[in-house]
Amino acid sequence: MDELSIHPMSATLGAAFREAPLSQARLGDRGIIAAVGAPAAQGRGGLAAEELERRLLELGFVEGAEIEMIHQGALGGDPIAVRLDDMRVALRRRDAAEIIIRLTGEA
Amino acid sequence: MAPATARIALVGNPNSGKTALFNALTGSRQKVANYAGVTVERKEGTITTASGRTVSVLDLPGAYSLRARSPDEAVTRDAVLGQLKGETPPDLVVCVADATNLRLVLRLILELRQVGRPMVLALNMYDIAERQGLRIDIEGLAAAIGAPIVTTVATRRRGVEDLVAQIEAKVEALAGAGALEGSNTWHEPSPAEIRQAHAEAQRLMKAYVRPAERPDTLTGRIDAVLLHPVAGLAILLSLLFVMFQAVFAWAGPLMDGIEGGLGALGGLVAAALPDGLMESLIVDGLIAGVGSVLVFLPQILILFLFIILLEDFGYMARAAFLMDRIMGGAGLHGRAFIPLLSSFACAIPGIMATRVIDSRRDRLTTIMVAPLMACSARIPVYTLIIAAFIPNQTVWGVVSLQGLVMSGLYTAGIASALVISFIARRLFWRGQVEPFLMELPTYKTPDPKSVLSNLWQRAAIFISRAGRIILPLMVLIWTLATFPYPPEGATGPAIDYSFAGQLGHLLHPLFAPIGFNWQMTVALIPGMAAREVAVGALGTVYAVADAEAQAGTLAGALSADWSLAMGLAFLTWYVFAPQCAPTLAVVKRETNSWLWPAVMFAYMVTLAYLAAMGVYHGAVALGWG
Repeated sequence: MDELSIHPMSATLGAAFREAPLSQARLGDRGIIAAVGAPAAQGRGGLAAEELERRLLELGFVEGAEIEMIHQGALGGDPIAVRLDDMRVALRRRDAAEIIIRLTGEA
Repeated sequence: MAPATARIALVGNPNSGKTALFNALTGSRQKVANYAGVTVERKEGTITTASGRTVSVLDLPGAYSLRARSPDEAVTRDAVLGQLKGETPPDLVVCVADATNLRLVLRLILELRQVGRPMVLALNMYDIAERQGLRIDIEGLAAAIGAPIVTTVATRRRGVEDLVAQIEAKVEALAGAGALEGSNTWHEPSPAEIRQAHAEAQRLMKAYVRPAERPDTLTGRIDAVLLHPVAGLAILLSLLFVMFQAVFAWAGPLMDGIEGGLGALGGLVAAALPDGLMESLIVDGLIAGVGSVLVFLPQILILFLFIILLEDFGYMARAAFLMDRIMGGAGLHGRAFIPLLSSFACAIPGIMATRVIDSRRDRLTTIMVAPLMACSARIPVYTLIIAAFIPNQTVWGVVSLQGLVMSGLYTAGIASALVISFIARRLFWRGQVEPFLMELPTYKTPDPKSVLSNLWQRAAIFISRAGRIILPLMVLIWTLATFPYPPEGATGPAIDYSFAGQLGHLLHPLFAPIGFNWQMTVALIPGMAAREVAVGALGTVYAVADAEAQAGTLAGALSADWSLAMGLAFLTWYVFAPQCAPTLAVVKRETNSWLWPAVMFAYMVTLAYLAAMGVYHGAVALGWG
């Protein structure tokens, strides 16, 4: 990987990697964000879904970003905390369902 | 002739050290107020440049985007766009960035460039970036974003002079006050446009920033403990325990000091003024009334000291993370934790602290339940009634019965707050679950100077609000309790003949079903000023002079006159009733509408009435009538 490159190009990743919503991630799972806001808009209105997508994007949940699940709450493993590129972000699994990650390392 | 004044505005992501830079720039020359028509804090300061130019600096609320979601962020957007009502557009925007976390702020910078307002970028916390071996090609990046860049370390005042010089140079070159460099092409970005901006920010990162050779690992190691599902919660609970100990134990001597001082002041004034109406208004109305609120200042300062320290350290986001699931079960946001915690000292700072909650619904729910937290003004009432009716004995060998009742009252408040917010969420705001998205900032050592200046600002705000809201209320309540005078040869206490007394008698039939006698009803009216005033009022009605000092005497009088069922009903009333006009006034200010204080008053009175009725009749049925 190029020393300066923080987001590995998606093309370099083989199709062998499993894709899963971040809401199902377990501690130690790591990967690359493959999609944000696309499929899991169930239970939300169209406008609310787009609003959530924009908020996620604004906080740095964008396709290609590196992500690793680092903490989870005591009750039901919710909310979760992830390392997102150089930041740490907390979110609920419910909202994390909108983020699809391509797992490069599984716990 | 001195050069003309200029206006600049500070913009940046949350946790970028923007406020520290604002403090470093302006020192103590700051003013805190509210923006016209909204309850967003407006912080302005001034600097004087080397050439003698005065520059006014506006510290705008932190934001990740100009696409505003909360009232705070709307102020940032409108101020940058020059559309904020009652504000002159800034001549220059200073964007403050955490040098170790540039990616998101680069996207914000791209948005700011669309607005076209002249800009300077301050790369703050540059010392940490250097320590981590992060390399930034400053000249290249400055050329790419079209704005000069200054590196700063706000907490050590490093780079502040450079920044002022850069501001001066930019201001010098201005086309005119508030003018844009180009045309404003900003609009709310669509998801596709945000992705595009991210790609552009990513390109800038790749071209001009070499990642840290020694990235921070301390935050990760601290989080391993503080966010641990078991250890993390245990630490949070211990912290809360220490905080409450501090609030209630350490504040004691200071509160006694304030009470003593105000008492002495009252005595001096009483001696200096001729007996009569003026003396009564100043001593019993103003000094005693404002004093009854000022006395909470030590508790509020200690509470805020803890909160500011934990916030600056970076812990508050972690507390919200740990509490989110527990609070979320009741339909509250994780961030509601701090406001509710503050409400144990006093609901007024608690309600003011709800500003950190983005969503209006979540904020309103938190405001509505905040007064159910047992504030310290309830303590004198609880203590008096418990002393009068609960025997001082131990149960199960070790537990004090009086202490047990006291914790029961606290628990009742907390449990009812959770139930009420749960019901509100289910009944009124169904299906509207706001996302919980929060950056967990890097841990930092709090800067003592900024902690102290912050604490001083909190205190000043509390005192000025208390003054402005409570002073007129005290005069009103004093008037009600003083006029008209008792007739010649009257035998009862004077308050009995006043409007307050008449109102108490008038309302008594309403309160009879919950077991209150007319004396209790009369005490509720001056008790609207602040809960603990009810103790003094009961003293007046039962003709016990100086009731607070003679609590034992008053407790004796009460236990002789009331049944246990009446005492318990009165306690229950005080758990729920909105017996605090200043809180209602603050809710009006914070929500900018009379609707919400009215809703709060109505639901709390209903709850108090039903609960007190249940407790009274239950106790009577048990033979305690």
